[in-house]
Amino acid sequence: MKNCEYQQIDPRALSVSPLSVQTHTEKKEHRPRRKWEVFPGKNRFFCDGRIIIARQSGVLPLTLGLIVVTCGLFFAFDCPFLVEHLTIFIPLIGGVLFVFVVTSLLRTSFTDPGILPRATPDEAADIERQIDTSGSSTYRPPPRTKEILINQQVVKLKYCFTCKMFRPPRTSHCSLCDNCVERFDHHCPWVGNCVGKRNYRYFYSFIISLSFLTSFIFGCVITHITLRSQATKGLVQAIQESPASVVELVICFFSIWSILGLSGFHTYLVASNLTTNEDIKGSWSSKRGADDSGNPYSYNSIITNCCVTLCGPMPPSLIDRRGFVPPDEAIPAASASEIELPPFTTKNDANMCTQSTKDVLERMIHSSSEFNGLCPPGTPKTTPLVLEVSSVAAPTAEPSPPAGCSHQHPRRPALCPPFDRSNKSDALHSINPAFRLASPSPSLSRSTLILGDAPDIGFNQLH
Amino acid sequence: MAETHSLQDMRPQAAVAAKVFIQRDYTNGTVCQFQTKFPSELETRIDKQQFEETVRMLNNLYAEAEKLGSQSYIEGCLACLTAYTVFLCMETHYEKMLKKIAKYIQEQNDKIYAPRGLLLTDPIERGLRVIEVTIFEDRSLTR
Repeated sequence: MKNCEYQQIDPRALSVSPLSVQTHTEKKEHRPRRKWEVFPGKNRFFCDGRIIIARQSGVLPLTLGLIVVTCGLFFAFDCPFLVEHLTIFIPLIGGVLFVFVVTSLLRTSFTDPGILPRATPDEAADIERQIDTSGSSTYRPPPRTKEILINQQVVKLKYCFTCKMFRPPRTSHCSLCDNCVERFDHHCPWVGNCVGKRNYRYFYSFIISLSFLTSFIFGCVITHITLRSQATKGLVQAIQESPASVVELVICFFSIWSILGLSGFHTYLVASNLTTNEDIKGSWSSKRGADDSGNPYSYNSIITNCCVTLCGPMPPSLIDRRGFVPPDEAIPAASASEIELPPFTTKNDANMCTQSTKDVLERMIHSSSEFNGLCPPGTPKTTPLVLEVSSVAAPTAEPSPPAGCSHQHPRRPALCPPFDRSNKSDALHSINPAFRLASPSPSLSRSTLILGDAPDIGFNQLH
Repeated sequence: MAETHSLQDMRPQAAVAAKVFIQRDYTNGTVCQFQTKFPSELETRIDKQQFEETVRMLNNLYAEAEKLGSQSYIEGCLACLTAYTVFLCMETHYEKMLKKIAKYIQEQNDKIYAPRGLLLTDPIERGLRVIEVTIFEDRSLTR
């Protein structure tokens, strides 16, 4: 019996071409979407997924505006005087610093900081199964944590309810972007993006170059005003002649404190291989009493830490923004329909030959009492049909009617009444022997069940 | 190639019996390493040594991708000096290694896992979180 079933499903009949043609036509009907279009986090994408930015751009326009305006004023008003009185290198150095600052800023803002894609439903289910504890179904269980050993240090991994996975070490979930970010440093509103593993070096080069730029402009403007006041013999007059310089002075003066402070702080973080997040939370504070700070990620050498953070290998973006969404939903429907056709077309002749025998058998089965007797509760509808197969040994077609019948079985295995309902459909099918012949292929209907909605139930039932 | 082709076509018809997830191993820090512990669900399908060898090889490839050596430092410094425009014409070392890993997984699938009704999914498609092993329904039993 099993041999018959296997032979009926001829793998060669289920060839590539109809399936792939079907899926390709399905694909053409629905334009294939790129993954960035279905990204679940709060990010915005430009240039067809090439550029990523947080939803709230924060004060990025202000940052850019301040930098451009200050440099513009510097080049327009201070540089001519300084070139004349000092050297041509002043605007050149200023220009190079300006380019560095702007490119670093744009890179920081538009690069994926190291977003972790959310767990697939299968993964999430697997993790749920592993951490499932008995009881506690009435209230929300406490935040799930997992303790692991990293370099002989106990580290707690937290479960992220949004991304449905245990966060890797040093990963944190940014509520503004609604993403888990690897080696999460902080969400910077000035830059309009999270700062994480992949864009930390750009952020660092941005603040360092910005500190140099602001110091440079500050110094040059002071020099300019000093030289001018010496020439005109009056500070007030010098200021009146070049009011833009005052604007630059004010901006630079206030920025320098914060930028230099930030640069110093981040230099310390880089040297000790810490993130802002860890430093603020005091995750590795020296209260442990160890010689080192207790940071398991530190290489205990400033140079190594710096090299690792700033010049280490560049990990790729894990979210694959420009990839195409796999048409998983399209395939089962396609293949289900495709499975029906080839066997039907190839085995039609056989169907015709056994038509009369089938009619007789069906009429026998059709009488309700016999039918009910034949199908004990809990067994799938296809069982009596399977018995037919052994006697007839005819191949099949059109598994959808039996699939429809057997679909009822998973839901009401213990009841016979459903069989009465399906009796009618059976009766209809028996009229057309071709349809009836389809039913003896539980393996075909099995595969359609599996590819349909209730795979497990159908599977168990038929076995 | 022909066998892979036919198995890939069979896949939509072959039923997925279960999926096993090999999680990351963080004992050495945040480097990408996977646990080599052999999952019990695969006991009937594949030899333990074979599986552990595959995972160990993958771990080695990832370690090489993230290796901190003179090559990666030179690449990093060069990139910084050219304002990262050098990556428009050159591939990073990490990307080259990822391609190597993808090729290795494909090769393992063709030679070892597909004939046993198993399929390894490249971890990069799962955000380097897990190695997903799909177990297909064993139709060979019907023969």
